[in-house]
Amino acid sequence: MQITALSFSEAEESGVGMDLVLSKESIDNIINVLDDDLLRAGADCVILVDRSGNLIVNRGDPANLDVVALAALSAANFGATAEIAKLIGEDDFALLFHKGKNENIHFTKVGKGFILITLFGKDVSLGLIRLNTAKVTDQLIPILGGEQ
Amino acid sequence: MSFIDLSKNEVQCKVVYYGPGRGGKTTNLLYIHQAMTEAVRGKMVTIDTKGDRTLFFDFLPLALGKIQGLSIKIQLYTVPGQVMYNATRKLVLKGVDGIVFVADSLRVQKEKNVESLENLRQNLAEDNIDIKEIPLVLQYNKRDLGGSNIPILSVEEMEEDLNQELQVPWFTGSALKGDGVFETLREISKRTVKYVSRKLLSR
Repeated sequence: MQITALSFSEAEESGVGMDLVLSKESIDNIINVLDDDLLRAGADCVILVDRSGNLIVNRGDPANLDVVALAALSAANFGATAEIAKLIGEDDFALLFHKGKNENIHFTKVGKGFILITLFGKDVSLGLIRLNTAKVTDQLIPILGGEQ
Repeated sequence: MSFIDLSKNEVQCKVVYYGPGRGGKTTNLLYIHQAMTEAVRGKMVTIDTKGDRTLFFDFLPLALGKIQGLSIKIQLYTVPGQVMYNATRKLVLKGVDGIVFVADSLRVQKEKNVESLENLRQNLAEDNIDIKEIPLVLQYNKRDLGGSNIPILSVEEMEEDLNQELQVPWFTGSALKGDGVFETLREISKRTVKYVSRKLLSR
């Protein structure tokens, strides 16, 4: 699997914030990872966003789901809980989980700058999702520019 | 932080409306939301408003067409203006690519405008962003109150208070009536896209 992502970490050093450019090949690689390990495990929808709220990739069946708003709200949610983490002496939380009546949502931190959102129904076990998101996270980090 | 997706030839940028509380940031977004067709705009999200104040942020995604084959998507955010919500403002500013500073023309808000701009400068500096580097446009809002008996600041006075050092583009506006809203949006979009592409081309 060839990695062609360009991550402009030098931009961060120069003080203008980090930008991300992903080639078609990198996007395809991300899609393969998400499809193989999460959709096939029973997730309804998998979305990768950055922590400033940009939607990077969404897979699965997001019918009737406003993924752009979900991306912005998830980034905000993660930011808000990071503040809670600081109050109890943690830097950040690595994952968040919200349980609904029929649909559940699982958020995992990917490197420093990204969040993986997994939507799954009540018939899918949380343990399986947690196991697979951990695997997916390890595979996504090098594609997204080697962020740790 | 902008994101460029080369598989879709799409660029996403983040523009934040900043300014003192009750200055008209949300009203700007509401006007844009009402005036644009559904093909251009996404759903507007407003979180946790208590009365007419923004507690977290408002969010409105826009698709602004194509420049040199790249689809431009801009996401507009507002911050809560009240002084005590600084942690939330910092959170919303994360990864910002362009800023609209909505200043309140009411004379009683003179100091609040200056304080809020200074707060913006500090919050950006904490993220290693120089307020003079990032695209910034000022909007002197509530000009429609000019004819009423409510004392308002003159444009010259607002320029002196806020823009003497920055020398950035400014517009008079009345977000409630829509005056100046699209002029402001056009200018900040143009500057933000230029800024993002310049950053990328310089590599």
